[in-house]
Amino acid sequence: MSTDTDTKKPSTEAATKGGEMSGSDVVIEALIREGVKDIFAYPGGASLELHQSLAKRKDDIRVILPRHEQGGAFAAEGYARASGKPGVCMATSGPGATNLMTAIADAFMDSTPMVAITGQVYSKFIGKAAFQETDFFGMTLPVVKHSFLVLDVTELPMIMRKAFKIATSGRPGPVVVDIPKDIQQAMTVPQWVEDVPLRSDKLPTFASDLELKNVVKLIEEAKRPAIYFGGGVVSAEAHKELTEFVERTGIPCASTLMGAGSFPETHELSLKWFGMHGSAYGNWAVHNCDLLLTFGARFDDRITGDVTKFAPQAEIVHIDIDPSEHNKNKIVHHPIVSEIKYAIGRMNELMAQSFQKPDITPWIEQVQQWKRDFPFSWEESEHILPQEAIKTLYDLTKGEAIISTGVGQHQMWAAQFYNFAHPRSLISSLGLGSMGYGYPAAVGAKVACPDRQVIDIDGDGSFAMNIQELATAKIEKIAAKAMILNNQHLGMVVQWEDRFYNSVRGNTILGDENNIGSPENLGGIYPDYVTIAKGFGLPARRVHKREELKDAIQEMLDSDEAFLLDVIVPYTEHVLPMIPAGKTVDQMVVK
Amino acid sequence: MRHTISVLVENKFGVLARISGLFSGRGFNIHTLNVAPTHDPELSRVTAVVKGDDTVLDQITKQLKKLINVVEVDDFERDEAVSRELILVKVESTAENRGEIIQLCELFRAKIINVRHDDLVAELTGDEGKISAFLGLIEKYGIMELARTGNLAMKR
Repeated sequence: MSTDTDTKKPSTEAATKGGEMSGSDVVIEALIREGVKDIFAYPGGASLELHQSLAKRKDDIRVILPRHEQGGAFAAEGYARASGKPGVCMATSGPGATNLMTAIADAFMDSTPMVAITGQVYSKFIGKAAFQETDFFGMTLPVVKHSFLVLDVTELPMIMRKAFKIATSGRPGPVVVDIPKDIQQAMTVPQWVEDVPLRSDKLPTFASDLELKNVVKLIEEAKRPAIYFGGGVVSAEAHKELTEFVERTGIPCASTLMGAGSFPETHELSLKWFGMHGSAYGNWAVHNCDLLLTFGARFDDRITGDVTKFAPQAEIVHIDIDPSEHNKNKIVHHPIVSEIKYAIGRMNELMAQSFQKPDITPWIEQVQQWKRDFPFSWEESEHILPQEAIKTLYDLTKGEAIISTGVGQHQMWAAQFYNFAHPRSLISSLGLGSMGYGYPAAVGAKVACPDRQVIDIDGDGSFAMNIQELATAKIEKIAAKAMILNNQHLGMVVQWEDRFYNSVRGNTILGDENNIGSPENLGGIYPDYVTIAKGFGLPARRVHKREELKDAIQEMLDSDEAFLLDVIVPYTEHVLPMIPAGKTVDQMVVK
Repeated sequence: MRHTISVLVENKFGVLARISGLFSGRGFNIHTLNVAPTHDPELSRVTAVVKGDDTVLDQITKQLKKLINVVEVDDFERDEAVSRELILVKVESTAENRGEIIQLCELFRAKIINVRHDDLVAELTGDEGKISAFLGLIEKYGIMELARTGNLAMKR
């Protein structure tokens, strides 16, 4: 006799004879065993077997249907970035798979743990230019941490375990599992594995006490030390260790955009983030320091500018889990290979035993002076400026929201005028710089963190690139908000046109160029995002008057479902400070 | 600078593409490349000779080590390793000059493995210097075809 609860959730074993299951059932069972609760999946001919298997396990795993595979994969990234758990997306062969490509490359650049499962044509058709066939394994090679083409159904349990382990261990990244339809259909008795061995050199290593004691000694001797940390601190969940480290040493601390929030930006020793459009004080501190402690960052060109003149007076320590990052962009004095949470935590322990805190008072005074004199700022206008809208959002959410962004000016302003006090709060495409990332990433983040307020701060250009995901938000009841800073232009490119190309507009106007919309020409605004949102069945509002801004943002925040707020702003603002590409801090345009 | 990079890999499909992609993605041409199984059938050895900027090659070596299917990577400096290459060369030959060519082959300890009226095929093993010296001398008879294994290398 079985009770209701027993029959409601048939275990896979019970549903099959003698423990035999189809390959597609094995894949879904493997996902459940990996603890996957949500998957972003768009079906098609070569993946419908997998969706049939998902339909059988509805109670164990939620399937979110995006409206474009790219949206689904960006959502998986947003999910991973917000939660730290691997994001999982699925698509069919051919165009379904190729639509995942941008997000896979994006996850690779931003070290985001992701497992992308794709259907493939029957193995007998592989290489025959069959309908919806592409060599997805070959196509993704340069942008994956690893990939599998499954040609034997018995290998599925092992491959799925490996995929998740590889995606999440060490420096995280995307893993592709490409599964031909006949493998999905084949029957097998799965041999589940608890753990899969990875070669020891693929697993994280830990710094020696000798190396770390040397760093502590360098700190004791420093006169003008600074910390530069990146996304590695987020991946390793090392924010507590970092905060303790900063407080123990008293060293001012600047992040990359990937690292934002792992040290509270509201802390007096925070220099927020630095680089091309980062804080003037952060850039000056790094440029003038005599000891630069780099934790989990990679000396990206948007951080360094002219790398030969980056931190020219500093002795540089670089602690990173990935040895290939050492001396890749910048030759450093002290490369240390280590898992970063361990390294910072161990230095805290060593300092607790013995540490002569350096007297760096004049340096701290200098840094605080820069902070006071050159904060992120804007000149007020009669119109709503994008900076003001973000600052208002920051005030109304008390800095507690998860913010995602598209790519461009709005992305920089979002990071400048929202202060992040917690890790995993700024979700943005930073390495690849993929427009269209913001809204689907917000959808994914909201699925991962349903109790948090999640807002996509977007540009009108970026938002339009994955606008179809409004349907996902509506139908799946995902209350991800979008605040569009609508300037009717591709603002960042316009800024470069203004500064470097004599303001010649090369396809950077999004509406009718003979009737350009603006706060002063509302009739020219194109398209009408409020009407579009209504078409998707979602509440929306347009705001163009400063006195209505606060109320409009509050209405968005109060909405129980997804909401689109169209904020009309002038296109004439430039993101400052700015260090032109390939230049140095000396050439920074501050005002 | 010229480097001989020896990579021990798991014998899985796609490994060679992953390795060569790290070179091609950086605009590096692989000068010679050899792949074959080792005494352990699960492992293969890839030997590549590449020329290029040392810092970029250092980066490629580190990236190679990160690949999941890669077991071991060695970047040999010139004196650290012994290296050999095997070539097959088809040379034009007539009744008149055949003796001369055979004599030359004997000097280099090359083996003649096929002879026809108008040509012969010689097999030669050696290091880079020996092979290029041999090819330089044999060239005047007319090289019709040349196949080379590329360098193989092993730590002394």
